[in-house]
Amino acid sequence: MRRDDDGGVSAVATGSGSGPGKRNDQAASSPAFHPLYLLLLIPFIALLWPPFYAMDQPELSGIPFFYWYQFLWLLLTAILTAIIYGLTRGGTES
Amino acid sequence: MNWTELGVFIFFFLLVTVLGFIAVGWRRGDLTQLNEWGLAGRRFGTIVTWFLLGGDLYTAYTFVAVPALIFGVGALGFFAVPYTIIVYPLVFVLMPRLWAVCRRHHYITPADFVNGRYGSKGLALAVAITGILATMPYIALQLVGIQVVIATMGITGSAAASDLPLIIAFLILAVYTYTSGLRAPAMIAVVKDTMIYITVIAAVIIIPLKLGGYGHIFAAAAAALPAKKGFLILPPGAYLPYASLALGSALALFMYPHAITGVLASYSGRVVRRNAALLPAYSLVLGLLALLGYMAIAAGITAPSPTLIVPRLLNAMFPAWFAGFAFAAIAIGALVPAAIMSIAASNLFTRNIYHAYFKAVSDPGEEASVAKFVSLVVKVGALVFVLALGNTYAIYLQLLGGLWILQTFPSIAFGLYTRWFHHVALLLGWLAGMVWGTYIAVKNNFTPVYPIHVFGHTLPLYAGLSAFALNIVVSIVLTVLFDLIGVARGTDQTARDDYGAEDQGAPVAAG
Repeated sequence: MRRDDDGGVSAVATGSGSGPGKRNDQAASSPAFHPLYLLLLIPFIALLWPPFYAMDQPELSGIPFFYWYQFLWLLLTAILTAIIYGLTRGGTES
Repeated sequence: MNWTELGVFIFFFLLVTVLGFIAVGWRRGDLTQLNEWGLAGRRFGTIVTWFLLGGDLYTAYTFVAVPALIFGVGALGFFAVPYTIIVYPLVFVLMPRLWAVCRRHHYITPADFVNGRYGSKGLALAVAITGILATMPYIALQLVGIQVVIATMGITGSAAASDLPLIIAFLILAVYTYTSGLRAPAMIAVVKDTMIYITVIAAVIIIPLKLGGYGHIFAAAAAALPAKKGFLILPPGAYLPYASLALGSALALFMYPHAITGVLASYSGRVVRRNAALLPAYSLVLGLLALLGYMAIAAGITAPSPTLIVPRLLNAMFPAWFAGFAFAAIAIGALVPAAIMSIAASNLFTRNIYHAYFKAVSDPGEEASVAKFVSLVVKVGALVFVLALGNTYAIYLQLLGGLWILQTFPSIAFGLYTRWFHHVALLLGWLAGMVWGTYIAVKNNFTPVYPIHVFGHTLPLYAGLSAFALNIVVSIVLTVLFDLIGVARGTDQTARDDYGAEDQGAPVAAG
């Protein structure tokens, strides 16, 4: 049932909700920031630090590393997001 | 002029025009209501939302300008790829909450949310004006996408004759947006995006075959770029500009009113989260298209303006009928975002300026009428602007627009997770960011990266991001100060539970 589904999501999230920091006594702090969301920081680190990938080698069939590394992260980020969606969507009703 | 090319182009253009008018009856709703006209009744599922947001965010101008930038400067222009990757984790975390609270309180614009959250009409007005200011030049820039295609097909001559197709295209767009609302661009986006995918897949397979493979293309680019002061691999001096442009642009993208309109038109928070995982398919297309810049170098394409290189490359590499198909994809690709942007801008004007400050609209039918009328004004304004002043000013203003819209991030995005910030502090933070960002952008002749001097270091940062940093610092310091001296806070209409509901009509208050 939809109602149980939503309750489930909130319960999980509030149970561990004090983890991500930045809390105060305001009633509106997040009920829906799942700790797994922190994994979404990985693509930021991988892509916003160009020294990791601003290089020519190794090439992939003529494409410099700089370019195929970023294409690879495009794919990895989409997969990561899909996995986190699957793990946090709560109930199976849809 | 090539008649086959032009014929195919006109055929597809007419096809989507018909679709634009048919859309009025799609998932029929009462189009005299703003919720129906401006958000299509919030009924779009995963697939339609995917097409709608993809067609909305990856505009014709993007598809023309990114390869042009790569063609001109090389690796730095590739920042569009990390930008359109990291934007989706942000969407995943922020946008379902915005969807939920807007669904629950019947908010139609981001400024509606800010007004409800902070109880501050002033802050809502700031968000609304910023949204409109940032959107207008963006609409104007879509015309550039149509212009370059028309020019490449050989429709030239007197100024009036070469402007005529553009005027016709925009009038058609204005009329079906007026009648069908958000349904029109949503339906057209399905056709347009399919055409874009076909074009791009053909381009990245066939063009490298003709040019001797990717190895040869990158070698040609590496040889040619130093002469233009460009580079194939990012040098250390460009690390910070590259990363700050990617981050700043990603933070800004979903603050744009047209992006938020696309999110709010979906029927559940799950649709939004699924799309965060599915929309990167468009980023892949954008990344592949970016490489057309290098292919143009390898093919020896030249053009008086870099925005012409993509159409010229397609013209040189493909038979006339397929080039016509590709050009139609680009031109239609301008209409979808232009329609959604004008709808989003008129929603903002109607709800947060007209209704809030000039005339209280009690009748929802009147609200929709005003919005429809404003959508016409917005598009005609964009058309006149580009025809009278040329593209350069539109490009400058669009750059400023990205910087401006980023200054609404604290009010909207932070507001989705916390009510800690004081609304007056947010307003002054916004003001500081707007003034400082505009000042350094103008002082820097409208180039996006501006060196900031901090603690004896010189940091070449995207101007929008440094303005954003200032905005946040001001907002934090003044929040502490205002709470200390007891400046009154507004009333929060929203409750903690309003942000978590994922399904349509979920009984949030039940627990």
